Amino acid sequence: MAKGKDGGGGGNSNDSKYFTTQKKGEMHELRMELHATEKHVKVDAVKKVIASMTVGKDVSMLFTDVLNCVQTGNIELKKLVYLYLINYAKTQPELTLLAVNTFVKDSADANPLIRALAVRTMGCIRVDRITEYLCEPLGRALRDDDPYVRKTAAVCVAKLYDIAPELVAERGFLDTLHDLISDSNPSVVANAVAALSEIAESSGKDVMKVSAAVLQKLLAALNECTEWGQVFILDSLAKYTPADGREAEGIIERVTPRLQHANSAVVMSAVKVILSYMELMGSSNIRSDAIRSLTRKLAPPLVTLLNSEPEIQYVALRNINLIVQKRPHILENEIKVFFCKYNDPIYVKMEKLEIIIKLVSEKNIDQVLLELKEYSTEVDVDFVRKSVSAIGRCAVKLERAAERCIGVLLELIQTKVNYVVQESVIVIKDIFRRYPNRYESIIATLCDNLDTLDEPLAKASMIWIIGEYAERIDNADELLDTFLETFEEEDPAVQLQLLTATVKCFLKNPEDTQDMVQRVLDLATEESDNPDLRDRGFIYWRLLSTDPEAAKMVVLGDKPVIEDDTFRLDPGLLNVLIGQIATLSSVYHKPPEAFVVRRAAGISADDDEEDDDDENYEDGDTGEGDLLDMGGMNINDSRGATASVYETKSPMNKVCGAEKSNGIEVYAGFRQVNGTIRMEMQMNNISSPAEIQGLAIQLNKNSFGLSPTSQQISCNPPIAPGSSGIATVELVVTPNMLAPQSANQPASPQVQIAIKNMQTGTVFYFAVDFNLEALFSQDGTMERSVFIESWKSIDDRNELYGTVSDIPPENLDIDTVINKFKANNIFFIARRPVPNAEGQEVVYFFMRTITQMEFLAELTFKQGVTACKICLKTENSSYGLLAKQAIEYLLRDF
Amino acid sequence: MVASAVFITDLQGKAIISRNYRGDVPLTQVIETFAKYLVEVDDEAKKPVFHVDVNGDVQSGEDVGATGTGGEHFVYVSHQNVYLCAVTTKNSNVALIFTFLYRLAQVFKDYFGSLEEESIRDNFVVIYELLDETMDHGMPQSLDSNILRSFITQDANRMSEDSKSKPPVALTNAVSWRAEGIKHKKNEIFLDVVEKLNLLVAANGTVLHSEINAAVKMRSFLSGMPELKLGLNDKLMFEATGRSNQAKGKSIELEDIKFHQCVRLARFENDRTISFIPPDGEFDLMTYRLNTKVKPLIWVEAVVEPHKGSRIEYMIKTRSQFKSRSVANNVEIIIPVPPDVDSPSFKSSVGNVTYLPDKDAIVWNIKQFHGGREYLMRAHFGLPSISAADVDPDGKKKGENSWKKPISVNFEIPYFTVSGIQVRYLKIIEKSGYQALPWVRYITANGDYQLRMA
Repeated sequence: MAKGKDGGGGGNSNDSKYFTTQKKGEMHELRMELHATEKHVKVDAVKKVIASMTVGKDVSMLFTDVLNCVQTGNIELKKLVYLYLINYAKTQPELTLLAVNTFVKDSADANPLIRALAVRTMGCIRVDRITEYLCEPLGRALRDDDPYVRKTAAVCVAKLYDIAPELVAERGFLDTLHDLISDSNPSVVANAVAALSEIAESSGKDVMKVSAAVLQKLLAALNECTEWGQVFILDSLAKYTPADGREAEGIIERVTPRLQHANSAVVMSAVKVILSYMELMGSSNIRSDAIRSLTRKLAPPLVTLLNSEPEIQYVALRNINLIVQKRPHILENEIKVFFCKYNDPIYVKMEKLEIIIKLVSEKNIDQVLLELKEYSTEVDVDFVRKSVSAIGRCAVKLERAAERCIGVLLELIQTKVNYVVQESVIVIKDIFRRYPNRYESIIATLCDNLDTLDEPLAKASMIWIIGEYAERIDNADELLDTFLETFEEEDPAVQLQLLTATVKCFLKNPEDTQDMVQRVLDLATEESDNPDLRDRGFIYWRLLSTDPEAAKMVVLGDKPVIEDDTFRLDPGLLNVLIGQIATLSSVYHKPPEAFVVRRAAGISADDDEEDDDDENYEDGDTGEGDLLDMGGMNINDSRGATASVYETKSPMNKVCGAEKSNGIEVYAGFRQVNGTIRMEMQMNNISSPAEIQGLAIQLNKNSFGLSPTSQQISCNPPIAPGSSGIATVELVVTPNMLAPQSANQPASPQVQIAIKNMQTGTVFYFAVDFNLEALFSQDGTMERSVFIESWKSIDDRNELYGTVSDIPPENLDIDTVINKFKANNIFFIARRPVPNAEGQEVVYFFMRTITQMEFLAELTFKQGVTACKICLKTENSSYGLLAKQAIEYLLRDF
Repeated sequence: MVASAVFITDLQGKAIISRNYRGDVPLTQVIETFAKYLVEVDDEAKKPVFHVDVNGDVQSGEDVGATGTGGEHFVYVSHQNVYLCAVTTKNSNVALIFTFLYRLAQVFKDYFGSLEEESIRDNFVVIYELLDETMDHGMPQSLDSNILRSFITQDANRMSEDSKSKPPVALTNAVSWRAEGIKHKKNEIFLDVVEKLNLLVAANGTVLHSEINAAVKMRSFLSGMPELKLGLNDKLMFEATGRSNQAKGKSIELEDIKFHQCVRLARFENDRTISFIPPDGEFDLMTYRLNTKVKPLIWVEAVVEPHKGSRIEYMIKTRSQFKSRSVANNVEIIIPVPPDVDSPSFKSSVGNVTYLPDKDAIVWNIKQFHGGREYLMRAHFGLPSISAADVDPDGKKKGENSWKKPISVNFEIPYFTVSGIQVRYLKIIEKSGYQALPWVRYITANGDYQLRMA
């Protein structure tokens, strides 16, 4: 099946001879040859230079000599010289400039291969001063007649962006790139998409700007471009959020045929798009039928991935691990394909085991146990151990199969293979924890194998079992006693268990074990240097000597039930990872932020850097940046005077200056009306040449998962130059749009927005701070008793304090506050005067966001003082600050 | 987005050739890190994707990112005596990188006949050119060796001054796999339907897993730009075209069909028509999987009687479970034996048996195995009185169990498919109107065929 040798391999093309010159004076000789007049001598000399470069020898001293050879019509020689340049340009930036002329000349060559080569190479030379000269040729290349040159140029824009993003913006290359999405040639489209996605990723800006028209172009190109291009397009589709379920379904339909592609990367990216979009399809009956049929379509391609090369299988398995967590039904009947083959690489076997445990059910447990038993006799120790422990995990997961699992473990213990026995003991301990007092009958068998145990974890587990079931084991004290002989040499984990087990034993059978417990306590408190052990020893000692009944309650108390941990990824993280299928992130099971350095921070609190990049950044009062600065919530003149008391309203802030958006000034804010979240924008047409009629809007992922229900905004009536108008955007919350949050950092209030003016084609960006009250749900009420429980249960660490001063007098009346808060879905729970403090009153409020985050607030008012103390408690600590700011804002401004 | 750099090293991790596409990684240092990984990490702990953080510590899935962001990610495959590795600093598409690396290896094989240390050194100039053309800024471009050959050649005489070579249209065209103006004296196309049987049988004889992995392989020698249409006895196609009753003979249900990039997928999704412009030469047009229960075509039972310290005896029974008019050719039954056996002796009713000490296995060779037959073979070995396992306590488990590898079987049955797939027609239309002959063959062979020993 392999292609026949094509003759090419042999013959006179053997390059290895170039590696052989090793003598002294070699450089001098080379230099002479590089200046030779005979073409073939010159070519050979350059090859020798490249050969030296390849083996890691420094040949940078020949820079000028090699550079001299660049003026040639010989394309092979040219390629070699260019290759040399790419390698050494960094070390010789000044000299590299000498090559600029050739590059510029070549970029206008009659031969498209040479034009492309010049542009491609120039982009790879990361010398600042070269880039200035690159712009001209690049601009031409982007409009070249030959698609080969255009597709090369498209990638080159991404290269340029890496070195000099401002140049790309200045020259309008991004727009040109965007235009290339509509190119007639599929390869050009694919590379333009790849370049745009890359720029979007590194800049955190939405430069893709997927609109309905763009979408159609992408879907059309999907059918025509190379397999690699298909992956680029699918990956950028996966980042796009369809406007509604119907659009999502439409795209899925066009993507589904890709599941049939022979290239595994295409298949995986298609799976990613489908799974991400499925979220949006809603759950009506028709839709759930559609989802079911899609799920059926996904299984076969996923199974087929397991027939690919082992490395690809590994990637596939790591992803399937996520997929079965997200949608367990897809592969529920396919467990057999995850059975390990003898010759699978170990990393594949380990991943298959994980998935077997995830898919195991009452239906297939018998077969799985047979398999796991078989694996337990294989040679690879790690794999065997994991298989044994898998049997235990099955038992913990499936109550009705626990007994069968224990049966298999007992059989394995009979093999007397040291590490199998030890691992079995460890998992049996877990089974005992999960099902207390059910399987003690096997303890005798375990005890027979005491002397095989030499690993700390296994020993500790065994000792725990003995202590826990001391009353059922006739000679528990003797067994423990044997361990005690070597107490001092044991691992700390074993020592701790021994201590606890002995105390348990004593509490259950005080008569016979008095001496033993004394000895252990002595050993622990006096002989040991381990603080953990000493502390535990002292605690037991004191408990036992003061109140044995209390000791019983503490030591023999009920333990929390352990859970099956097979579906353990946090749902939020899981959603993020599903959107990352096929990438490193999905292999590591970590969000990209965890390991990738961002060049300019995208959505995070420390956004300043990006703003510095952006020359047009308008330093207005956008409430930017420092979250701890309460000043960010300043009262702004534009908010106007009090309108209707019981209505919500948006805090309108100036978010975009006219110079940034080609003449449109924008004020924006969020509010909730009848349960719908809206962004309201006031637009002043300062100097836009045309009337503002239609706009298209897109939001970046944000901390709240907000996305517009429609991308189109129409201004009715149109806003003529010099006048202003209002536009409203309805928003919904979708998990796809949720920017990943880091646990301990306050969530960024920023919502990054891109607007395209359909009349002028101008696109501008700005950020609006979200005011959390717009997200509060109408059904945020809570029973008083539940409130008190919650208040108590939230850890003090998740508490936020603050004082709001300068509250307008009319807002100091508690009844008014309660009513006004209610209009903003902040619900009154209780109020009471503070005892022993004349004129002080505490009021409790509760609010719950549409996304089910809960906040509990305590406000303290004092008569005659225009300030109020706030104490806020929440489990969603990263959003606490925002909730507090919302309350402050409402108190200050009604 | 994809790879920062690609490099090829020898088995010790020493660089043979490299290309830094994006200049955002210190390549020399990165290759040293890779070499360190190869040497220092236990084989059993190695994974084909790994991360090295800014401090130079290797991290696997659980702890990636624990020491902050940054560092490099390595993605590698091995081939003969070399490693192909890509490095990235971003959240790249790993599936894409792996398929790229495999295809790159294929391109090198097509060019140089083999991909190994020597062939790389012998052709480094062309390899640099290929690295330049197959990937740009870390994004895969064209990896079709037929097309690449038309403008990157190893021809030593090509240094003609007038390098008028243009980029082939196929490089950017929608038909990126076929050059224009191909001419063959004789227009022929060969079609091989090869079905491979993957089988896993438990020690107690139950079939744990059986599936057919099949490929329709083509060797196309057609001139011009031919349009091809392939008709199979595909049940869903009959249904889609409303001819489920008309279909002569039986139709079959294929599971998860995968197509070569030349097949129009949207069209197939629409009406199950397989239409395409083929590449020139050899390629896999489609692969499919069949999950139906397949009877193990060649059944093997083994009875092993070890007598520790003296001898070990094998009784192997094999049976062919297909129709008697079919014949399995070149059947090889490979039975693992302990590593320290000596003085082998065999008795078999058919074929011949050889002991392969370097593989710790015996191979029972049956040239022609007709359907519905059963044969027997006995093997006898001596065992040393002190086994290797006794001497080396650490290797105890290994010594005892390594020969418990499953039995594997190789075979080929021509003119037979398990699925019953049939090529109904292959229409070839070219605007010059030539007549071309399609040749069709069917073969069933072993895939991953394993029977565990008791």
